[in-house]
Amino acid sequence: MIDHLVVLLVVLPILGAAVPPLASLRYDRVGWAIAAVTTVVHAALAGLLAWSVWTDGVVRYAVGGFAAPYGIELVADGLTVLLVVLIGAVSLGVLAYARHAGPHRNSFYSQFLLLVAGLSGMTVTGDVFNLYVFLEITGLAAYGLVASGRGARSAVAALKYLVVGTIGASLYLLGVGYALAATGTLNMADLSRKLAEVGYDSTLVLTAFGLIVAGLTVKVALFPLHTWQPDAYADSPDSVSAFISALVSTVSAYALARVLFSVFTVDFLEAVPVARWALVGVACVSIVAGSVLAVAQSDVQRMLAYSSVSQFGLVIAGFAVATPLAVVGATVHLVGHAVMKGGLFAVTGIIERETGATTVRGYAGMGGRVPVAAGVFTVLALAMVGVPPAVGFAGKWQIVLGAVNAGVWPVVVVLLASTLLTLAYFARVGERLYFAEPTIAAETTPATDGGESVSTGMIAVVVVAAVLAVGLTAAVPAVEQLLDITVFELITQ
Amino acid sequence: MTLDLITTHYNYYATVLLLGIGLYTVIESRNLVKKVIGLNIFQTGIFLFFVTLAFRTGGSPPVISEGAGPYVSPLPHVLILTAIVVGVSLTAVALALIVRIYSEYGTLNEDNLERLYHD
Repeated sequence: MIDHLVVLLVVLPILGAAVPPLASLRYDRVGWAIAAVTTVVHAALAGLLAWSVWTDGVVRYAVGGFAAPYGIELVADGLTVLLVVLIGAVSLGVLAYARHAGPHRNSFYSQFLLLVAGLSGMTVTGDVFNLYVFLEITGLAAYGLVASGRGARSAVAALKYLVVGTIGASLYLLGVGYALAATGTLNMADLSRKLAEVGYDSTLVLTAFGLIVAGLTVKVALFPLHTWQPDAYADSPDSVSAFISALVSTVSAYALARVLFSVFTVDFLEAVPVARWALVGVACVSIVAGSVLAVAQSDVQRMLAYSSVSQFGLVIAGFAVATPLAVVGATVHLVGHAVMKGGLFAVTGIIERETGATTVRGYAGMGGRVPVAAGVFTVLALAMVGVPPAVGFAGKWQIVLGAVNAGVWPVVVVLLASTLLTLAYFARVGERLYFAEPTIAAETTPATDGGESVSTGMIAVVVVAAVLAVGLTAAVPAVEQLLDITVFELITQ
Repeated sequence: MTLDLITTHYNYYATVLLLGIGLYTVIESRNLVKKVIGLNIFQTGIFLFFVTLAFRTGGSPPVISEGAGPYVSPLPHVLILTAIVVGVSLTAVALALIVRIYSEYGTLNEDNLERLYHD
């Protein structure tokens, strides 16, 4: 059992996803319970895997007993288990939120578990083609989840997401084709060796790099490939926007880091400076453009979505700098952003349920009416800006230090400027929350189908997110140690 | 020389053509169903690219028998089988979404949809 931990992380949610549709032949609304059981076991497995990597080092698993490079290999190293634990924790949190917030249909929870399976698969795979398959599983589940909102707007958002996401994944697949043509292998470790033998200046290798990175940046939603994201986040149900904003782009950014460090390696970035500078350039443009677009939004959820474009620019910039310090910073910010952004989307859902406010204007004076939610929003917003001791500060600080040490000055300048812009769009909301006259009268609470509109579970989830956003800073040395297990070997060799 | 390039590399030209037509249809067509068709053409281009990669002149099908070989590489075929399945599921999801959009807004045209969307 313990030997098969890695593969169980993927298989368990897939099996779990098959149960709700069968159960709905007899029972309504058992989806949540099934998802809860599966997710708890999944999170426990993730914890166990993290423990075994922490104590014994990298775990390699040959699927079906066929040894790599001919068989499919699953690999769990320090960076992987960090993401796996994040997936486990966030899906538990989102389930606690969805218990009351819904959607309640059984099919919803089936898709939820498929998304967990896809994300886990993307993190543990050691094979570039398998990464494509899990990318598409994640995509398919995410399109379905976005469309699970009541209105037809969510269907339009999901279709837009599907078209752009499919083009991205297809470009990735084309890039894999070029890598296969150059080397004849798909295993990541094997590819990194054979790509070096083929020569980094080979046209095939360069084309493969361009297409793979372009495909993944669509999924990460860097500017100008972010167009699917605001609609997908703002028009889906609150549970879904919290879930996908916390995980889908995050795991895609992880996949990009995996491709950079495990497949193309830092040697490639050294040998082909134009590749590194292109990546730094895209990331910097994304940081600035995302922040500026966020400042221009009047709808709070759309503002948060554009903020993601900017924050992922930061993460990718950190990975592109590719010194150990910057990579630790980028990883911390990746995980921290997942907690903060997921929490922010969850708390905007709560504020909307309690007061009906969705716009920056509508948030005026709500600080007194929903004190807990407004407090959580403020804490998470400040963490996102990067006020110490929050995790947002720890990540940005290390990315800046790494960029200074490596002499990548554009990143330093852009990062400092974007912090000011982040402050600008969050301060605007904070100022409205506490110091402005309400624009929505107290009587106009939105219609609820009887009973409380917000449950204790939903409040608990956002409070935990706020506490984590501050407390995770203490875990930074542990992250460093985890990355020490493999990633630094790849970077500093 | 030029003729030689065309006669030996026509698969690659077809790939480029399919990719171009597909991407153009996705971007330019206002009709949602046609966009999905464009997506399929784009993916077909990629499938053709992989299958072409596997081919070698004089190669026999990858079934071991006496005196056979050299073989055509079986790996890309298997990959594309998987990718085709993914493509079919994507098309199914896309068409389901389009059915829902049509029943709600009564149009498949992107421009009309945009107008209805902002009211």
